[in-house]
Amino acid sequence: MVIVDVLSWVFLLSGAFFMVLAGIGVLRLPDVFSRMHAAGLKDTLGAALTLIGLMLQAGLSLVTAKLVLIWLFLWFTSPVAGHAVTRAALASGIRPILARRDEVRATPRGVVREEAVSESSSA
Amino acid sequence: MMFAVSTVAILATMAMAIARALLGPTAFDRTLGVNMFGTATVLLIAVLGFLTGRPEFLDLALVYALLSFVGTIAILKYVRYGDLGTAEMEPIAEEGEAVQEGDPW
Repeated sequence: MVIVDVLSWVFLLSGAFFMVLAGIGVLRLPDVFSRMHAAGLKDTLGAALTLIGLMLQAGLSLVTAKLVLIWLFLWFTSPVAGHAVTRAALASGIRPILARRDEVRATPRGVVREEAVSESSSA
Repeated sequence: MMFAVSTVAILATMAMAIARALLGPTAFDRTLGVNMFGTATVLLIAVLGFLTGRPEFLDLALVYALLSFVGTIAILKYVRYGDLGTAEMEPIAEEGEAVQEGDPW
């Protein structure tokens, strides 16, 4: 079936494109938080497009069921791992490179703005 | 042919992730690189299974996805607490203050 082959090519090529894009992003971006964006791009789009391309190639069979299981597992655990890395980086004192030092304080609950904290405590 | 193109792209991504894992000034850059290398390995095993015509490789890919996720969480726990074991553990750095400038190791 030619149409299934063409669709499978399209999905595999776009998955490969997003993965190379994510790799370039992880090398070139300046800060661990922005590199996390590029890595998340690879975990979701790169993996999903490649696996859909493989599923189209396999048709409806046990192989497709296993690919769906791999996809579901990557889909649910990649955001958890990314969030854990970012939260650990924030908790150990690394601050985003684009944040201004005088108004942002990094805590594990998130990046807190100083004037919002002082407003809520004075109100 | 399409599997060969996909394999080359995944290998290029793995090389870039390893470069970040070697270069990264903090431990979190390295953890990020290793996590990316793990998911790229899962996809590489799946594509190689199709390339060689052996669908048994997908079981390997599924198991490795589980293992790499658990490994990433274990690395982060070790960096934060200095230990992998007990229930009452104190983080080895105060919240919001860096362990040291640059690499927490």
